Amino acid sequence: MYPEELMYAEDHEWLRVENGIATVGITHYAQDQLGDLVFVELPHIGDEFGKDDPFGVIESVKAVSDFYMPVGGTITEVNEELLDAPEIINEDPYGEGWIIKFEITDEAELDELMDVDTYTEYLEDL
Amino acid sequence: MTEQNEIKDISVVEPLIFELSSPGRRGYSLPELDVPQEELDALLPADMLREEDPQLPEVSEVDVVRHFVRLSQLNHGVDTGFYPLGSCTMKYSPKVNENMARLSGFTALHPYQPENMTQGALQLLYETGEYLKELAGLPEVTMQPVAGAHGEITGMMLVRAYHESLGEERTKVIIPDSAHGTNPATAVMAGYSTVEIPSNENGDVDLDALEEILDDDVAALMLTNPSTLGLYDQNIKEIAQMIHDVGGLLYYDGANANAIMGYSRPGDMGFDIVHFNLHKTFSAPHGGGGPGSGPIVVSDKLAKFLPVPVVSYDGEDYYMDYDRPDSIGKVHTFYGNFGVNIKAYAYIRSLGAEGLKAVAENAVLNANYLQESLKDYYHLEFDRPCMHEFVLSGKNQKREHGVSTLDIAKALLDYGLHPPTVYFPLIIDEALMIEPTETESRQSLDEFIEAMIEIAGDAEEEPEALHEAPINTPVRRLDEAQAARNPVVRWYPEDYAEDD
Repeated sequence: MYPEELMYAEDHEWLRVENGIATVGITHYAQDQLGDLVFVELPHIGDEFGKDDPFGVIESVKAVSDFYMPVGGTITEVNEELLDAPEIINEDPYGEGWIIKFEITDEAELDELMDVDTYTEYLEDL
Repeated sequence: MTEQNEIKDISVVEPLIFELSSPGRRGYSLPELDVPQEELDALLPADMLREEDPQLPEVSEVDVVRHFVRLSQLNHGVDTGFYPLGSCTMKYSPKVNENMARLSGFTALHPYQPENMTQGALQLLYETGEYLKELAGLPEVTMQPVAGAHGEITGMMLVRAYHESLGEERTKVIIPDSAHGTNPATAVMAGYSTVEIPSNENGDVDLDALEEILDDDVAALMLTNPSTLGLYDQNIKEIAQMIHDVGGLLYYDGANANAIMGYSRPGDMGFDIVHFNLHKTFSAPHGGGGPGSGPIVVSDKLAKFLPVPVVSYDGEDYYMDYDRPDSIGKVHTFYGNFGVNIKAYAYIRSLGAEGLKAVAENAVLNANYLQESLKDYYHLEFDRPCMHEFVLSGKNQKREHGVSTLDIAKALLDYGLHPPTVYFPLIIDEALMIEPTETESRQSLDEFIEAMIEIAGDAEEEPEALHEAPINTPVRRLDEAQAARNPVVRWYPEDYAEDD
């Protein structure tokens, strides 16, 4: 449920880095807590955000929440499929359900993220 | 019985009124025309005439009456059963209120009638305002806002006007994490940015966190006391002092005023602006989108900014005071939702001061009785005496048996009970927010307790059954996700084509 190669943030985003570009989605835990997703609001390509800034909105049958940037960056790609079919995040949070890709501003910020073991321990304490 | 898991369409139970339509059927008969008939196109310009007939249902009077009575019987209301919807105060609305609102002296009034013909109506508005001032412990009032959130935005406009009059431009409004969603929405609508502060381990505002974010950019703190956790913040005087020390104002969200009526006055706690929901605390009918009434009561320093007109009394006559040059202007047409104010006035006059105190007492007593009876079966995050409501968590049921709060809520429907508010406030996992109100008897509280305990037992023994609930209601579990993703909000005739 929590792939080993990913990095995790306290707000339940996952992050994968390839060639300085980060891909971000939400974890299995987050999608399970939110329940069936019904609406997603995405940022624009070129938008710049700092670490922990809200970059989008997600709405489920239970609640509306923000997405937060695990590290700062500039948006290079957004998953527009989600606009019509937010349930993709429920079905495949680590694959087709990715949310944004961005260029990382400061790679040093990655050090503050959790690895899979730390994240699963963190979940147990919630 | 339909197959399990099958989503039953409501039209299986009752067709849409369009589907009852039969060509040529009428619900009226008009007398014979006794003036010469004119053709429509001779009376109206061509571009204002429709080319096709509107597709209205063709039904008789009895068709219409039966259809809507049947629909009303499929619903659950406070007149049919227990309705412990936390933070909404779904108290019973005494029917005498309706009788008073239907007096022809009120219903036949026109808002443009001169003041000498409307003294009774003005007196009613004035006196309702006086009562609210007494309950709030503050000196000035406007009856104009027509909803709680409308009172909020009016209040925040007063905050802005006040700071602008001092030559200050403040940008921040502080809101606790247990607040109603309307509070941050209001602050943003009023042009502020919001800063959230966490609750401490007792469920109160975290004073250290508050201290950290206080500066002279803070316009206001919006607080609900008791909070949505049903907890009375005992540090309120200290919080008020801290906000006032940096020049900010305190806004009281009156959603939970039912808990403190006659016992504790927001003005004494240090609040500058208080809104009351007459459709919650003062028993005007509630739910279904209105109409509501959300008067606000304010301190002296905000009085001159209140919306015009203010209903005043010079010792002889009641009158509309428009001569208020610093007013923020009108916030609603005419004088607010007058009919709702009549019902609140009738409620206040029926109960009197002692009666209103008894309301608060019984609301708090009922909630504590439920909390104590249920806390051994459901997790209670803040185990201390509550006010008029409390928040249980279904997290143990979810973790241990895979039964979610939604399952518990749906199961209550099978007992003929309306579920509590679920998944709010967000700071409690799998929240069940329960507010019984003062109008429930010991017997109906015991029925609810019994149902909740039985459901907790079912969660352990047959969790699968709870996933299927409800099974006794006219419609089974609806697909909420599909309803939100693809809402179908209008009816189309069978031969409807896209290019019509």
